[in-house]
Amino acid sequence: MKKTLLGALAASTALLSPAMATAETEIQFWHAFTGRLGELVKAQVEDFNASQDTYTVVESHKGNYSETLNAGIAAFRAGEQPHILMVFEVGTATMMSAGGATKPVYEVMAESGATFDPDAYIGSVKGYYTSTDGDMLSLPFNSSTPVLWVNRDAFEAAGVDPDTDLSTWQKVGETLDALKAGGEDCPLVTAWQSWIHLENFSAYHDVPFASKDNGFAGLDTELMLNGEAQVAHLTAMGEWAQDGKFIYTGRRNEGGANFRSGECALFTESSAGYAGIKAEAEFDFDVRPLPYWEGVGNAPQNTIIGGASLWVLEGHEAEEYKGVGEFLAYLSSTNVQAQWHQDTGYLPITAAAGDATKEAGFYDENPGTDVAVMQMTAKEPTANSKGLRLGSFDQIRGIIDEELEAIWSGDKSAQEAMDSAKERGDALLRRFESANK
Amino acid sequence: MEKRVTFKGWMLPLLLIAPQVLVSAVFFFYPAGQAIWQSLFIPDPFGLSSQYVGLGNFEFLLTDKFYRASFVTTAVFSILVTLCSMIPALFLAVLADRLIKGSGVYRTMLIWPYAVAPAVAGVLWLFMFNTRVGVISWYLGQLGYDWNHVLNGGEAMGLVVVASAWGRISYNFLFFFAALQAVPRSVIEAAAIDGARFWRRFFTIVLPLLSPTTFFLLVVNVVYAFFETFGVIHTITGGGPQQSTTILVYKVFSDGFVGQDLGSSSAQSVILLIVVGLLTVVQFKVIEKRVHY
Repeated sequence: MKKTLLGALAASTALLSPAMATAETEIQFWHAFTGRLGELVKAQVEDFNASQDTYTVVESHKGNYSETLNAGIAAFRAGEQPHILMVFEVGTATMMSAGGATKPVYEVMAESGATFDPDAYIGSVKGYYTSTDGDMLSLPFNSSTPVLWVNRDAFEAAGVDPDTDLSTWQKVGETLDALKAGGEDCPLVTAWQSWIHLENFSAYHDVPFASKDNGFAGLDTELMLNGEAQVAHLTAMGEWAQDGKFIYTGRRNEGGANFRSGECALFTESSAGYAGIKAEAEFDFDVRPLPYWEGVGNAPQNTIIGGASLWVLEGHEAEEYKGVGEFLAYLSSTNVQAQWHQDTGYLPITAAAGDATKEAGFYDENPGTDVAVMQMTAKEPTANSKGLRLGSFDQIRGIIDEELEAIWSGDKSAQEAMDSAKERGDALLRRFESANK
Repeated sequence: MEKRVTFKGWMLPLLLIAPQVLVSAVFFFYPAGQAIWQSLFIPDPFGLSSQYVGLGNFEFLLTDKFYRASFVTTAVFSILVTLCSMIPALFLAVLADRLIKGSGVYRTMLIWPYAVAPAVAGVLWLFMFNTRVGVISWYLGQLGYDWNHVLNGGEAMGLVVVASAWGRISYNFLFFFAALQAVPRSVIEAAAIDGARFWRRFFTIVLPLLSPTTFFLLVVNVVYAFFETFGVIHTITGGGPQQSTTILVYKVFSDGFVGQDLGSSSAQSVILLIVVGLLTVVQFKVIEKRVHY
């Protein structure tokens, strides 16, 4: 038994090693995609490898977003880091503060001599990953933004016109009343509550989520999510929850199952929910822009992104970075991006990819797929809508989730809950500040 | 006269305990030492720099009222898991012990759940109580009870307790059953002749004779509830709603591996180490006095 085990081990090591023996320079790329997305990433990598014979990109899946980040960090500590690491947007501040561990993308591109035009990227997408000086630190890879999904059949069953105007929360509020009165048990459901109803809400209404330009201008930032606009929105949502018009299903995207099964009428979720909804929904659906409160802030400003970007890690040979540059340039090319955007529902990262998709007639054939793009690009981002850059943000989101649950269950008023979220979140921000001085 | 084996010299005894010492050193003393050392720093995630903060991490934790609240949550959770896994196990063991025919079948069936990993058990229970498609929550709905552990902290706690205790019942059953088999028949028969009925015999004779087993299981189950229920909580509630199921060990994980805050996470494991150490000392000093070997 032992012998076979050892034999198997030896065999598998032998299988792994031939890649090292080739003359091509190897580039490790760690990502967090499985299923359909994993296949698409693999196809991109294979296509790149076939397109030239100097570099070989080796992609490997390292678990979900948090696990991939952890794997990257642990590997760095052990001196075994990959060249390219996929990091979700929440981990951006962590990566940015790790100056000695990362190599900014603009530097990689300049050194590698690959084609790179920072202006080709869509402002509100790259803004999230750009320093205050305008330098691109990581390459946006998959980005999405929240939109409103409508189950048209559920509207008709409740006797409500599915083409009714849902552009503002005022109108959505009236519609929820009508849906409830028409016998709908689940008028509204959401995914990613903090991302949609606080982070994006703040950007969309052009009110600050945190001081210091949402953390872009310094680590000494404080949360401002207990502002008047946010509290008013959460108060309304809390009342809807109490009246059974907004159904809470969980902290992540649990609500997706409720919507896709046809149980719920309205669903606030990422534009990248498109593939899943299209595949599973046995009802007529519609995509609408995320609603805003008429008369609050400068709404509608632009929404912000969620998703991940690619970080280049320090500690490799110059020759290898050259290959990294080539690969990132390939990923940004118009054809690759347009295909990615159409396959996944993620936003294109360059304006050219968006135009190419339009010209190909994709938006006409798949109505609603351009809503997210328009929502992101309608206005130039402001200091409040460029994105968020907060340390320990994964934990802070956890705190926000807890406080939001207190609102939905009626344990706390929106003001109390958000004051508490600010106090607890600020304590973590101070800790992050002192750890990264 | 002592019935003790004595060794001449030190070499052989040292050699004999060496493997155990080595295992303890590698898997306990070294990591525990590392945790204590790291709890004095706030490092950045990549290990590029770290700042000495003395007891700052502990101060940060103990002034946090949510962290203090998680002690209460842990206590409630551990007590409930221990009770819910030991009492039914004892009851089932007593019943299985009385069986004459087919006790083998019952025994096997009762031990089965122990083979299910905690995280899998969590998913299993989550399916049954899922607020949308769960079988049990549907029946509860038919009875007019609106089950929603996603927002109701009490229900969430109930669910993680049941899911954690379920597989553990089998483990405890096994020990109770073996201990029951070891109770001398003659003592019980004598009591029966004296006219003691079953439950009287159980409480005055059997239960005291089981006390070493009960004590052992108490210690083991408390440690289980403290450390090994992580998978169940992770799959069912993720510590929510609000913080109603955030037990200490879950917070160690989420702060360390989700929040990348290794300083705080180390300090929490040190606190956990002290708590469990104290608890075990108390159990041995206070409760063991009442155990009859």
